[in-house]
Parts: sequence; structure tokens; C-alpha cells
Amino acid sequence: MFYRESGDFSTTYPQDSQTFPIRFDRYRYYVVLAVAFLVIPFIINDYWANAVFVPFLIYAIAAIGLNILTGYCGQVSLGTGAFMAVGAYSCYKLMTAFPDVSIVIHVLLSGGITAAVVTLFGLPSLRIKGFYLAVATLAAQFFLVWLFNKVGWFYNYSASGQISAPERSVLGIIVTGPNTEAWAKYLICLVFVTLCAIIARNLTRGSVGRRWMAIRDMDIAAEIIGVNPMGAKLTAFMVSGFFVGIAGALFFSVYLGAAEVGESFGIDKSFLVLFMIIIGGLGSIFGSFAGAAFMVLLPVFLKNVFVGGLGWPTDLAAHLQFIVSGGLIIMFLIMEPHGLAQLWRLAKEKLRLWPFPH
Amino acid sequence: MRLLTMATAAVMAASPVMADLVFPSLSYRTGPYAANGIPFADGYEDYFTLLNERDGGIGGVAVKVIECETGYNTEKGVECYEATKGEGALVYQPLSTGITYQLIPKATADGIPVHSMGYGRTSAKNGAVFSNIFNYPANYWDGASHAVNHILDENGGDISGKKIALVYHNSAYGKEPIRTLSELSGKHGFELMEVAVDHPGQEQKSQWLQIRQQRPDYVLMWGWGVMNQVAIQEAANIRFPMDKFIGIWWSGSENDVLPAGDGANGYKALTFHNLGKDYPLFDDLQQYVVDAGKAAGAGDQIGTALYNRGMYAAMLAAEAAKTAQAIHGTADITPAMMRDGMEALEITEAKMSELGLPGFGPEFTVSCENHGGNGLGAVAQWDAAAGEWNLITGYEASDQDVIGALVDEDSAAFAAENSITPSCS
Repeated sequence: MFYRESGDFSTTYPQDSQTFPIRFDRYRYYVVLAVAFLVIPFIINDYWANAVFVPFLIYAIAAIGLNILTGYCGQVSLGTGAFMAVGAYSCYKLMTAFPDVSIVIHVLLSGGITAAVVTLFGLPSLRIKGFYLAVATLAAQFFLVWLFNKVGWFYNYSASGQISAPERSVLGIIVTGPNTEAWAKYLICLVFVTLCAIIARNLTRGSVGRRWMAIRDMDIAAEIIGVNPMGAKLTAFMVSGFFVGIAGALFFSVYLGAAEVGESFGIDKSFLVLFMIIIGGLGSIFGSFAGAAFMVLLPVFLKNVFVGGLGWPTDLAAHLQFIVSGGLIIMFLIMEPHGLAQLWRLAKEKLRLWPFPH
Repeated sequence: MRLLTMATAAVMAASPVMADLVFPSLSYRTGPYAANGIPFADGYEDYFTLLNERDGGIGGVAVKVIECETGYNTEKGVECYEATKGEGALVYQPLSTGITYQLIPKATADGIPVHSMGYGRTSAKNGAVFSNIFNYPANYWDGASHAVNHILDENGGDISGKKIALVYHNSAYGKEPIRTLSELSGKHGFELMEVAVDHPGQEQKSQWLQIRQQRPDYVLMWGWGVMNQVAIQEAANIRFPMDKFIGIWWSGSENDVLPAGDGANGYKALTFHNLGKDYPLFDDLQQYVVDAGKAAGAGDQIGTALYNRGMYAAMLAAEAAKTAQAIHGTADITPAMMRDGMEALEITEAKMSELGLPGFGPEFTVSCENHGGNGLGAVAQWDAAAGEWNLITGYEASDQDVIGALVDEDSAAFAAENSITPSCS
């Protein structure tokens, strides 16, 4: 009954090739956008912004970035945390060096700088594959964290090695620093997420994305049919780096406000984002959102249930939360290796036939 | 949606109509820093339980401690801060330098005081710039100076040409003393050798090999959590003389030295309060809290170094709350009043005796110009046979000539970065 294409005729090519060709799906998408832009900003408070929405949106950008590289192009990366750090530190350096330039430009430039760095670390992918590439990106993770810790220039020689975001505004509305309103934080992240998701979605639907997927499915076959592996792999690293850099810049400037490389951008972060795309679904933009939501919301939800709802001791709740999230991850991987996105796809298939399945 | 309902229910259940004095405890009972986080959190909570049970709260108003697990992680710390601040939290004591750095701007904007007792940003001592941040009674730069002074005492006042190694947690916390130590190395002519240990610090073989090769005369340590135990064990393994190994106050708990057994005998650590449970207050704790079955956690930490520190932190918070009640003439204080109370806090020997803690810590006063107290500290030494810490010096002053200038410089830089006009009105 839902998600049916019957009666939904495309009369032009653009209509036929739009992102959501089924009318119901398209309207659902508009409703989600409308709620996100027009409803949530008016009801959001500090707790919901800082503990739930802002981290969710930022991790969603990072997950989209990693999904392009790993899910679409098949290049495993364990350096996401460090690449986010590149975004964060470039943003910090730009914010402090050019205080008069808009923060939006700084965030985009940080994405660009990260893209360059990630492309550089992507060069070995032309020679090595699979696990070996994973190890090479792992080296990037440790090298970059070490670099940001070691070289004082990156943190403006502050005594503690911490970087902290000064106050910056967009159109007169403060978006970084301690005086930011919850809705402003939320909206700036939402705008970036929406743009990133639209760009990523359209890239993956176009010729660039098809080249990535050809490389992912079988690189030799792809080369034989005329895909340039160097171009495809390096563009994947570049685009992925751009998104991850934006995520890192927002993570530092809007969400945390102060960061320290080892703690905020360690190997844990790389694994966290990797888990997000595995649980959400490799090779799916929706999966990036679903995975980010799962990994960000579940701990907060469990904590509120165990400590807030049931009044259990905090250490018991923290340990139990590890057990529950770990168990759920394993259960997902066994029962649905293609992630939450596949569940969503199946649900849509079922809904199409409902209430008369054959 | 369910989450929203749950959270709303949680908030409603947690905030009864009658206002309590809310003291959030951002604790960590899990993760690599739990061994040190648990005793502190227990001590903090037990002291407030005692006040509730024995005195009916502070000034007649019940105290409520809301515990929130941070795991020593800044992101969870932010979540905990946001979750608790709406409930009228009077003061935050995150027990993490990383989380303190996060909270400095946020809490200042929200008008809630932060007490980073012996940790956090050292230059917060300058209350003209850091209006809501307090770090009395001592800070890391005091600690660095105490350690160097102790070495000076041991060497008859001349340590030129000596080599001192600093083994530090490679984070904002561990890097904090470097600036003072390099300044002091210029002043006293010793050579400073920096040895970083990355989080969490379970693997330190290469660092201690380096120490074995370079043979420093003294080793200072800025460690926390599992890093302390490993470092002390490694030092024992390379037979580094323990009485030349001095830890900051966060590297001086029973949990840190016990794993090394007799090898840790003679290890020194700084402290800014007294150790042991030989105080009248502990009888009350036993009677009203432990025997009543209300002790926090497993109740097995009472009298340990970090338990005492947690209790001391709670005691200072309670005294500040009392001061605030006296200043504003109301028992039901707000965070802004609490801030005033902290800024007017005065800890005297008479006050401590009255509380059942005679001679427990140094006397100090807080003012707007000085949020850091007097910076007095003592050196404690571990006696492995008796299994206890003994103070081997009195509370001594730090080198304020060096530290004062550095505090002014660093706080001025912060003020410029955040366009704050320093003022003490």
C-alpha cells in the first residue's frame, strides 16, 4: 500500500532520475526535512542539542565520509579519528589566524585541507589492498595524533596542548563558543549535514559513484572496462576526506568547544565511525544516518533508562550499557550483515505489498 | 519519542518540588581510571550523606548528590554536565582536567561555579579572569614547585647540573607542569627531561628504558589511573631508587603503590591534605553512614588517600555553601550565590577542628584576586610494610615568584583570546 509506484508516472527524464522516484518516499523525505528545520529548532534545549542531536548530526557527516571510502569504494580506513583531527586542527588554526572570515568558510576550508591530507595517505591504496591498506591508514591514525601532540604550532603553543574554539557567528548568530544557543548549534550542523548528504547521494548516483562501486566490486574487471583505478580511488579518498574534515571541524568548534587530540580523536573514534557504517549499512547514505543514530543514541538512551528510570548505580549501568550495545552489535552482524539500511529496504519491500503479500 | 518520555520522566522523578542543594558528582567508576575515580567519588558522596544524616543537610536544607558516570571521557562529561545543570547544580567537580577545560567556558556562561581542586587549568587561580572557576587549595604549578623544592632541600639547596625526568600523561593534565618546570630548570640550573606516556599508559617499557639509559637523578610523575601502577612497577623493575621518585598528588594513592608490593617502599607523592583515618570525623562517618548501610560504592575505600581527597572536596564545597548561606541570608542558595560563597571561603584551623578534621589541611582564604588558595603542599612517603602514607614534611609554600608571573601571563592570554576584561568588583 505504501511505497507503490503505481499511478506515479514520470513524464520527463529528470523526474525519472530523481533521488526519490516514488512519490510517497519523496513526501516522507520532505516531511523529515520540514520537521528537522521547522519544528525541532523551536523545541530543542541544551541537553537535547549537546547530548543527542549535535553529536548525531556530526557523526552522520563522518559516517557518510567513511561510507564513501569504505562502503562505496571498498577501501578500508582505520584513520577516521585522525582525519577528523586534521579537520579540527585546521579549523582551529584558521579560526585563530583569520578571525574576521566566516566560520562557514573555515569549516569548508578545513574539509578541503583534510581532503588533501587524506588523499596523500590514500596514495598507498594504489599498491596495497584490504588488510594491508587498513594497516597503512592505522599508521596515519597514530602518526597524525602524534604530530598534533608534538608540534606546538598546531595548538598555538598553549600550555596544555588543548585547542579551544573562540566565539564566532554566522549572520550575527553565535554558533561557536559557550554562549551559543542550542538551536543555533543544531541548525548549523543540520545545514552542513543536509548539504553533505545531498552531495554524497548525488555523487554516488552519478558516474563517479559508479566508478567507485566498480572498483569496490572487482578492481581488475573495473580496470578492464575502462575505469581508471588511480582516479577512482583517489577521488574516493578526497571526497571522503572532505566530509570527514567537515565533521572534525564541527565536532571541535560547535560540539566540544575544546579538544585534545589523543582523547577526542584517538583510535576509538576511528572504530566508532567504522562501527557506525557497518551497523548502519555499507554503501548507503541512509545507513550512515541510521548507524550514527544507533551508536550515539543507544548509550544515552540506555543511561537514561538505567540510571534515570530505574535508579541503578552508575557503574553498573555503564558496564551493562557496554554489554547491551556489544550484544546488539553482534546480533545485528549475525542477523543482518547488511546493516540497518537493509532492514529499512526490507521494510519498504514489505510495505509495498502490505496488506496483500503473495 | 520514547527516549523523550523516558528523559522527561527521569528529570521529573529527579527534581522534587522542595528544592535541595544539588551537588552533581561527575564520577568515573569504569574504565582505565576507575581505580582512582571510585575512592574519590565514594568520599565525595559519603560526606554529603553524613551531613544529611547527622545535621539534616547544610543549613537545614537537604543535600542531593546526583552521580553521573563520565568514564574520564570529555564527550560523556559534556553529556553529564548538560543532564545535571538543569537540576540546579551548585558546583561541578569533574575530577578530570580535560572535562574541566570543556566546562570552563560553558559553566562561566551558565553562571555555575567549577571547583577543580588541585587539577584543571592552573591560571584559573586568577579570579579576575576566571570568575567562576576555582582551584584552591593548590594547583599543578604549585605541585611542580613543591617537588623541586623538596629536591632542593634534599640536596642542600643546590641542584645545578642534576637531571630531573618528568614522566607525564600525554594530555592537557600531564602537560600542565611543563611550563613551570622549564622555568624552574632555568632558575635552578637542572636539566629537565620530558617523557610522555600516552593514554591509558598500560605499556611503559620504552619510557622506562629511556630513563634507565639516561639515568636522571630524580623522576617526577604526573600520572593517573592505571598509568601510576604501571610506572611504579616499572620503576621498581629497573631498580630506580624509590625515594627519588616523586608523584603529583594524583599519583599517590594506595591503589598506585600496592601492586608493586615492597618494591614501592619509599615512593613519594605530594599532597595538599592529610592522610589516614585518625580524625574524629571518621567516627561520625562510621556511625551515621557506614553502620547505617548508606556508604557509597562498596564502602571499602574509607580512609584511603583519594577517599580523603573526595571527602575534603565535599567538605570545602559544604563550607562554601555555608558561607554562601551566611552572605545571602538564605538557606536555599543558587549557583550564583554558591560562587560568592566560594570566593569568600576561609578555612581556618578552628573551623577544621570543629568539623572533626583538626590539622587535616592547610589554612587558606579565597578572594577574587586569588581563586587558588595559598598553594601549600606537603610530601608523603609510602611505607610498604605498614601499608600507609606518612607525611615527611610540613605544608610548605611554593615558589610564587615564578608561578605568579606565569599565572598572570597565561590568564592574560586567555582573557585576550576570549575578550574578557579582568575585573574584581
